[in-house]
Amino acid sequence: MLEDIGNLIHGFAVVVQPFNLLLMVVGIVLGVIVGVLPGLGGANGVAILLPLTFSMSPTSAIIMLSCIYWGALFGGAITSILFNIPGEPWSVATTFDGYPMAQQGRAGEALTAAFTSSFVGALFAVVMITLVAPMVAGFALRFGPAEIFSVYFLAFCSFVGLSKEPPFKTVASMMLGFGLGAVGLDQVTGQLRLTFGVEQMLNGFDFLIAVIGLFGIGEILLTMEEGLSFRGSPAKLNLKVVFQTWKELPRYWLLSLRSCLIGCWMGISPAGATPASFMSYGIAKRISKNGHKFGTGQIEGVVAPETAAHAAGTSALLPMISLGVPGSPTAAVLLGGLLIWGLQPGPLLFTEQKDFVWGLIASMYMGNIVGLLIVLTCVPLFAAILRIPFSVIAPVILVFCAIGAYTVHNNTFDVVMMLVFGIAGYFMKKCNYPLAPMVLAIVLGDKAEEAFRQSLLSSQGRLGVFWSNGLVSTIMALGLIALFWPIIQAGWERMRGRPAGLRAAE
Amino acid sequence: MSDTTKEFGGTGPSHQGVEIGVAAFMALLALVGIYGSLKVGIGWGAEGPKAGFFPFYVSLAVIIASAVNLAKIFATADGELFASWSQLKLVLAVVIPTAIYVAAIPYLGIYVASAILIIAFMRWLGRYPWIYAVGVGALVPFLTFLMFELWFLVPLPKGPFEKFLGY
Repeated sequence: MLEDIGNLIHGFAVVVQPFNLLLMVVGIVLGVIVGVLPGLGGANGVAILLPLTFSMSPTSAIIMLSCIYWGALFGGAITSILFNIPGEPWSVATTFDGYPMAQQGRAGEALTAAFTSSFVGALFAVVMITLVAPMVAGFALRFGPAEIFSVYFLAFCSFVGLSKEPPFKTVASMMLGFGLGAVGLDQVTGQLRLTFGVEQMLNGFDFLIAVIGLFGIGEILLTMEEGLSFRGSPAKLNLKVVFQTWKELPRYWLLSLRSCLIGCWMGISPAGATPASFMSYGIAKRISKNGHKFGTGQIEGVVAPETAAHAAGTSALLPMISLGVPGSPTAAVLLGGLLIWGLQPGPLLFTEQKDFVWGLIASMYMGNIVGLLIVLTCVPLFAAILRIPFSVIAPVILVFCAIGAYTVHNNTFDVVMMLVFGIAGYFMKKCNYPLAPMVLAIVLGDKAEEAFRQSLLSSQGRLGVFWSNGLVSTIMALGLIALFWPIIQAGWERMRGRPAGLRAAE
Repeated sequence: MSDTTKEFGGTGPSHQGVEIGVAAFMALLALVGIYGSLKVGIGWGAEGPKAGFFPFYVSLAVIIASAVNLAKIFATADGELFASWSQLKLVLAVVIPTAIYVAAIPYLGIYVASAILIIAFMRWLGRYPWIYAVGVGALVPFLTFLMFELWFLVPLPKGPFEKFLGY
């Protein structure tokens, strides 16, 4: 424990170097822009900017990229409150009360509440990561292939059980992702598979291309179809409003704490920030004595989803750095970055790459503080970006997506694949297929398969290896519970004589 | 995609038809996956499960899930619209220029192709005057060039124009 504190202080020393501080500010600003613009989100924003970091040291690179992520989390709130357009899926719940507040001329209050609660949520999650991650990593060092596979199993089962989308669509999308990930060289035998003699398929499908296509191009097509018309509220944010709101906010400490806990829990399991924000909003609405007024501009309706979304977005990095299993698509892209910079994600990071891990954790603290200052002072600037018409923004985003896709492998065929993924993403999104599990499956496919096959090899093909000791059985059982969660929940509520429709997540 | 005409609110392909298309396409990809897995072997080899073992069962799962999804689509026919034709026209207005752009990158280089894409997009979709379109269209690739080639030293595909300028 004491050693960890020493490491953290060392991490802070790395982070406050002028070059890293500069990268932090650049990252936050880029992140907010990415979060504000339609068609660019945290995941593909980081994916597109990843190539810029190839020549940096891994620590500087992760500082910049993680700051883009924090910036994107902050940015989503701006568009939700001022324009009623959620820049990111996790800010949808923020529009419910944030936009009515802005219409009543209380935009400053809503923005301050949103940013501050984002900050609180993130800080809570970072403290949790600081305390828990080293323990989890230390524990995970003892994992064999079977245990590692069970962790993947748990992660993917949680997707099926906890996501809003129909479970069989989640399964189809996820398994297709595993299939795409399997194309190319087989890691275990060194054999080529599923390439059908096509030269371009030898290297398989890179998930970064998939991220840029599915989230970037697909999102632009969706936005195009909806035909954007911005009718925004004026974005004024002066210090008086900020301090007034800050005076009011401590009253909601219980709400904040509850939202933090919901966010952390949902963030670690790969359900992610979006369901966390809805769940937190739903529960706040049921418990608050002003619950019936929710949706008309209640400040609690902004605090609850923002706190939870940020706590979830931040804690999604916990399984990424301690186990090598990302909790969200953005965390997956960061994990892809680790591989490119030559680091092996997983529990060994904590022993072999101390500087990197603690630099990252320290940058989470610093990044959120810097982020809060930047968004509080620069809201009008960011809101102005949104007033640029979509017919200017769209081709520029397309160009950046193409550059991002090309630079992954310096290959123009990847740009073609990006467009294919983009069109696929458009249809999948319209038909309610979740994209995140597909991306995570492409990233983790190789590793999950390797762990699975190694376990089977050691047991001579008996599946009993996944129930062979207490640890692996527990994780597998948790996975099965997560997989069948909707059925379990419905059964439980029927037993208690309540209609299943009253679920908090809705 | 099947076409159905609706009595109210504009026409377009039905949501049900597109859903069927997506599920069928996924199942088709999975069939290709199964074929490919069978070719490399799905059984037990010298090094444990063969290379096709994992993709085979994964593809099988896609087929089963798609079958369930298809069954659900037929169970809940509601005649909803996927998107109106005018909306789809807007989507195509992005897809087609992007496809041309992507195809042109290896020949023109990314900078010239990007400039043309931005100018065309602003001129015909945004109805901007030429001067704005050309301004933004020239500025964005130029800044990209500075950022990638000069500051971060990441080379991007270049064509005859850049060769002419000496890069």
